[in-house]
Parts: sequence; C-alpha cells; structure tokens
Amino acid sequence: MSASRTSAGSRQVAASVLHTALLVLAAIVFAYPLLFMFAAGFKPGDAIFTELGSPTALIPDARWSLDNYRAVFEKGSIGAYLLNSGLIALVGVVGGIFINSAVAFALAKLEWRGRGLVLSLVIAILIVPFEVLAIPLLLIVSKLPWFDVASGSLTTGWLDTLHVQIVPFLANAFCVFLFYQFFKDVPDELVEAGRMDGAGALTIYFRLVMPVCKPVIVTAAIILFLGMWNQYLWPVMTVHTSGARPVMVGLQQYFGRTTQWGEIMAYASLITLPVLLFFLLFQKHFIRSVVGAGIKG
Amino acid sequence: MASDASKFGHARWSEVAAMVGPALLLFAGFVLLPFLMSVAFSFTNIKLLQPEPLEWAGLDNYTRMFALKVIEAPSAASEVEQQIPSRQWRQLKRAQPASFEGYQYLARISIGDASFLIGARDPQFLRSVANTFLFALLVVPMQSALALAMALWVNRKFRGRVLLRTVFFSPVVTSMVVVAALWGLVLHTDVGLANQVLRSLFGAGTTQPDWLGDPHIAMLSIAIMSAWQGAGFQMLIFLSGLQSISMEQYEAADVMGANRWQKFIYITLPGLRNTLVFVLVSTTIMAFGLFTQVDVLTGGGPRDATSTIIFHAVRVGFREQDIAYGSAMTLVFFVFVLLLSLAQKKLTAKVGS
Repeated sequence: MSASRTSAGSRQVAASVLHTALLVLAAIVFAYPLLFMFAAGFKPGDAIFTELGSPTALIPDARWSLDNYRAVFEKGSIGAYLLNSGLIALVGVVGGIFINSAVAFALAKLEWRGRGLVLSLVIAILIVPFEVLAIPLLLIVSKLPWFDVASGSLTTGWLDTLHVQIVPFLANAFCVFLFYQFFKDVPDELVEAGRMDGAGALTIYFRLVMPVCKPVIVTAAIILFLGMWNQYLWPVMTVHTSGARPVMVGLQQYFGRTTQWGEIMAYASLITLPVLLFFLLFQKHFIRSVVGAGIKG
Repeated sequence: MASDASKFGHARWSEVAAMVGPALLLFAGFVLLPFLMSVAFSFTNIKLLQPEPLEWAGLDNYTRMFALKVIEAPSAASEVEQQIPSRQWRQLKRAQPASFEGYQYLARISIGDASFLIGARDPQFLRSVANTFLFALLVVPMQSALALAMALWVNRKFRGRVLLRTVFFSPVVTSMVVVAALWGLVLHTDVGLANQVLRSLFGAGTTQPDWLGDPHIAMLSIAIMSAWQGAGFQMLIFLSGLQSISMEQYEAADVMGANRWQKFIYITLPGLRNTLVFVLVSTTIMAFGLFTQVDVLTGGGPRDATSTIIFHAVRVGFREQDIAYGSAMTLVFFVFVLLLSLAQKKLTAKVGS
C-alpha cells in the first residue's frame, strides 16, 4: 500500500519535472528570438554571432552601447518613419472607429430601405483579399485629387503621401461587423429611452450607445492599429520617397542595404516595442479581440 | 420618404445618410471599384505605361496562365541531353520555332519507358501555384497541430499559464517583416542559430542545411517560420472553442472511468469540430496569400522555389507593370479563397442543423 503510494508520488514528481522542462523549452523557442532581438540591438555585430547560441546572447555584455540605435536614427532616419507610422495609425484608428461604428449602428438599430443590401455588401467584402484590389487601387489613388491645406492648393495623385496609407483603409468590413454584433446586443430600451427624450438617431448613437461600448471600441482600435502599423505591401507600392515612408518599409530597405546585424536588430526593436508594450498593457482586450476576430471573421 | 418606416419614428434619411454615407462611399471607391476594374482588366492587354493600343484580350490572360504543351521526348537524344531536359527542350524549339512559339520548358515526366517534355506559356506561374500548394500542405497541419497543442496545454490549470500564453502569443503581434528579419539570423547558413544548435548537438561535421538557399528546403524553412509566428493566433481560437465545451461532459466521462486520451477523442475533438474547420480553412486562406515572408527573406528564390501566386502576381502586375495579367492571377487566387470560404460554410452548417 505504502509502496504504491510512493511510486505514485514519484511519478507525480517526474511528471512535474517533465512539465517544467517542457515549459522552459517552449518559453525558449517562442521567446528567445524576441529577447535576443532586444539584447542584440545593444551589441556590436561580431558579438551577436559569436554569442548567438549561448545564454549571454540575451544579456548586454561589457561592450554594450547605444551605437546601433544612434546609427539607425542617423542613417536610417527611423525617427521620421516612426512619426509617419504613428500618425497613420492614430488617424486610421480614430477615423476608423467613427466611420465603422456609425454604419454598424444604422445597420443594427435603425430601419431604412437598402439596409439588407448594405449588410450583405459588408459581409461580401469580408472575404475579398486585399491582394486582389491592390493593383487597380494603385491606379485609382494615383489619379485622385487632394486639397492640400498647408499650401491651399489642389493636387492630383495620392502617391508618396500619408493619406494614401490611411483613407483606403478607414472603412473596414471586419470592424463594421464587430460593431454590428455588439450593437445588436445593446438593449432596445436604451435607444427607446433616447427617442422618448426627443433625441435623433445621431444623438442616440453618439451620446447613449457609444459610451456603453468601450470594450468593442478597444477591440476595434487594436485590430485597426495592428493593421495600420504593420502595413507592408501597400506602402511598398505607393510610397517611393522617404517623406511618407512607414516603419515596415524602412526596415525592409535597411535590411537590404546593410550587413550590420546589430543595427537591424536595433531597428526591429524600435518598431516592435510600441506594439509589444501596447499588447502587454491591454492583454485582456487584445486576446478577447483576437478571439472575437477569429470566430466571427 | 413614407416607406422608410423607422423603428423609432424619426430616423430621418439625412441621419441615416450621415451614418452610412462615409463608409459606403469608401467601400465603393476603394473596394468595389478596384474589384470591378480588376475583373475588367483581366480581359484586356492593359499595362501601367501603355505602349500598345488598349484592346480586349478575351480569355488570353487566363489561358496564358495554364497553357501547356506536351511533347514526347525524342529517345535518340544524347546522354547529356537526357540529364538536362531544358536543353533538350531548347534544341527542339530551335528546330521548330513556330510551333514552340511562346512556350518555355516546365518539367519532364516519365511514364513507363516514354518520357515527355512539358512546356508552359508561363512556367513561373505554374511553379508558383505548385509552391503555394506545397506551402499550404506544410504549414496548415503544422500550425494547426501546434496551436491545438498550445491551447490544450494553456487550458490546464498550472502556475505560469498566463505567462506561457503571453509568450506563445507575442510573435503574433510582432510584424511579419520583423519576424522575417529575425529568422534571417536564425537560418543563416554559417553563423545562424539553427545550424549552431545542430553543430553543438551532432558535432561540427554534421550536415548543415542551407535553410533558405537550398531550393528543396527553402519553402519548409518559411513554413516553419510562419507556423512559429502565427500559431499563437489559432491557439486563442482553440481556447475559446475549448471553453465552450461543457464541463459536465468531462465529469460524466470521469464517472465512467474514461482516461485522458479517450476524453480527448470522444469529447474534446467533437466539441471542437467547428473551431477546427474554421482554423483549418482560415489558415489555408492565409497560406494561399503568402507574400511578405518571401518578399523579405528570399525574393522568390532560389530558382523560383519560394515564388507564390501572390508573389508572382505582384512581380508581374506591379514590378513588370503588366496589370492585365496580374489582375487575372489575383482573380484566380480570389476564386480559391471563395471556394474555401464556401467549403467552410458547408462543413460548419452541417453540425448546426
């Protein structure tokens, strides 16, 4: 009796040791590349390779410095690109939330002719991959006019601008759908109450419904932000000068131009850090939003 | 209008227009219009800088993608020609330029004693299609199985599970461009981490694959990298699927004395059916769209081994400015995606009914 208990106990110990070992292995496989990236950004190029497989790869050593960071700011003009991507993401997220939630509210809570048609259109757009649209879209944006507020003049063609990276992506079928799902669950009483007070549909949407929709707003913001910040194919096609270049294209160009791995890692760290910090801070929302995205998309 | 009977009496047209208008306008201009243009372009000869007059090309762009020419390889050919079929092809072409016009060597197949040379009008496209299917075949099972294992693991109660979930998910929020640059370092032939690990495990004399430079394994390397980056996403989807399976089923199984494996086969897997279909289909759709990893890491090489449908479409439609042909290719891609989405609807609807 006691012997079997001991063997069960030792089996449990063995299982827990095995579990811990697996845990460590998984953590290494999944976390190593990113931790390595952050550490390597502080090291001279030769140290990166000699230490690649050793634990010291993750620790800044005696020779650690900010040289790589200095280089990417001076040679890679990453400061300007970070600003570009930041602006694109900010305007894209804020604008996207308003535009998509408004149409979703009209679809979920108002009755109007053509509603069913617009809803089917949104669902159909969900499955059109961007790659199918990219080339004709390039032709369209190259001919569109734009009123330049700074100079007060009308220009033609959106190439090499910030707005070419924002406007085509403001309306997002997935975001509309996300808001639509959420609004449908908002009790009609809330809307009715607003109506009793004589409020119009716009007021009800803006004053009554949006304030109780914070979770879905965070979710939409995260999805829009990731999409905007990680844009790659589209800016490769539309932005050829450095003035409006976003960070991902900047990294790709830097990657193709240098063999200084320390600098590449510093560059990659700088453009990953904002998203990663955002993720760690809002992890709950992040995970909820991605789960929602997966099930409904 | 009298007919728009509003639920709330006074949802006026102006209000609806203000809410729906901006999104509808943007969808019309930046989704519908380009989509219709893409369809129209694919039947013309349009180029970005048009040197020839614009003409309808009928189905020519579509036949160009798939047109094949099969001929029996002449058996009298020399030893050298037997070994290099592309040279054999060129010699035949030189002999009869007219009938080979527009076709390039694609592959050689042997059936019994007879061997055939196959030419195509766009061998790069057909190779890209084959590569895309290969990538999907490699990455979909790998990524889905990895994600399921991760989800089952994180779903158990133990200390550190939240941290583990965070670690698994962190590559998902990292941009693919950054991931590709990082893995460039891992897969570097001489100094890369992968080969350093191989050396320290099996000694310096062990075979060290040229992960991205060897045409036979380059796609596998990209598949491993993609699975590593994306599995955390599917893990979350599996997690939400797991949480929707009622605990009572497991408790009943415990009463009946079922072991862990039996519970997995008879409760967990059936409970995850719809989730599984969704994950498999969405991963396949993503796999078909493979572009960024290839563009950053290999540029389609070595010898077109990692060129994909979208990579080829961007190369032709954008870099070589052949919009018409590029549009036709992306539409073929769209049909694949559409069929997969329909398959998913069909497979998941069955359970619901």
